Amino acid sequence: MKRIKIVLLAVVSAFLFSSCGYNTMVNLDEQVTSQWAQVENVYQRRADLIPNLVNTVKGYAAHEQETLTGVIEARSKATSMHIDPEKMTPETLQQFNQAQDGLSSALSRLMVVVERYPDLKANQNFLDLQAQLEGTENRITVERKKFNDTTQQYNAYIRQFPRVIYAGWFGFEKKSYFESREGSDVAPEVQF
Amino acid sequence: MGVSFAQIPERPVPARLVNDFAGILNNNQYESMESALEKFARQTSTQILVVTVADLEGYDKADYAYQLGEKWGVGQKGKDNGIVVLVKPKTANSRGEVFVATGYGLEGVLPDAIVNRDVVNNEMIPRFKEDNYYEGLAAGISVIMDITRGEYSADEYRQKVEAGGAAGIPFLIILFAVLISLFGRNRRRRFYSPGRSLPFWLAMGMMSGSHRSSGSFGNFSSGGGSFGGFGGFGGGSFGGGGAGGSW
Repeated sequence: MKRIKIVLLAVVSAFLFSSCGYNTMVNLDEQVTSQWAQVENVYQRRADLIPNLVNTVKGYAAHEQETLTGVIEARSKATSMHIDPEKMTPETLQQFNQAQDGLSSALSRLMVVVERYPDLKANQNFLDLQAQLEGTENRITVERKKFNDTTQQYNAYIRQFPRVIYAGWFGFEKKSYFESREGSDVAPEVQF
Repeated sequence: MGVSFAQIPERPVPARLVNDFAGILNNNQYESMESALEKFARQTSTQILVVTVADLEGYDKADYAYQLGEKWGVGQKGKDNGIVVLVKPKTANSRGEVFVATGYGLEGVLPDAIVNRDVVNNEMIPRFKEDNYYEGLAAGISVIMDITRGEYSADEYRQKVEAGGAAGIPFLIILFAVLISLFGRNRRRRFYSPGRSLPFWLAMGMMSGSHRSSGSFGNFSSGGGSFGGFGGFGGGSFGGGGAGGSW
């Protein structure tokens, strides 16, 4: 009985592996994973800009200690969040999102404060950092969108018939998306 | 964010590097910019796309430029060395907007801060403010060219282009072709296939005596269907890099 089972399993899996999209599922799964790496990458890029930004602002706006501290705290919260894409759940993704959103809003508060310091706004170093920050926000939008697109492809693929029947046997589960909540993917307003 | 945005324009056929949808360039300006950009694309394989639009249709300018680059596939696949220069001219009741989007592969040599300062703020916007769109674009683009020139060589691409002009290369290609036909009989079919076997194709051209001057590249590639005078868009990818401004 057991032998028959094994033989049957071997035959079935050979069939599946070769012609029923197992390889494509692996491929798409890998694409989602690598796209997630890109997402973390651009968020990291933003986090890396912050120490420099904070130092530059500090030189001109020492009174804004509270706002600056807010940014630094939000940054350390955001950088402490890492998700293993293999173990990603809607909850962990949401936590990640919240931490990053916290940093976004701390940054936009900082940018509002900066408006009061004309000297700072004329500082070339600050202008460069501002351009980099804007560019990074754009990159974040793009990579999140690409992540959602890749995930959507993957989810659509594994949930189509006949793969919907056996995708789960090999551990291909539906993956979660970034939800673009109100304002969450809008770059902080950077005024000139 | 709304969902019902108008569509990003379709890629023009044949492909052009200057797409003046807003109509801010005159014919001469268009011609000279197009030929300068095509020449640069042939030399370096880096493609700089200029698009002007009368209206951003509700998009953010960075998003619009990114989507143009991604949708049209500006730059070469794998190198991702495309650049999109998007201009929305100032009108009586709206600000002028400009955005320079850099492909993944150029983010290193053209960081956002450089684009912002050296291209957009120093070269483009001051001229745009005086309604000198052509001068602003030309000045900004020449900075971009100076910076990116060394980054990507055109490799095989340049060979295709310059083979007609250089004296030694055709000979080498003929030699190569002869050697192939002598020693590679069993693989011969591959070299006759109309696909990407450019060196052999070129060699055939040389041998049949149809001499090509180096300036006639446009004819050469017009044989390739959708190819423009710069080889067509290569499928480069964008990651949201770049910088812009308004006036």
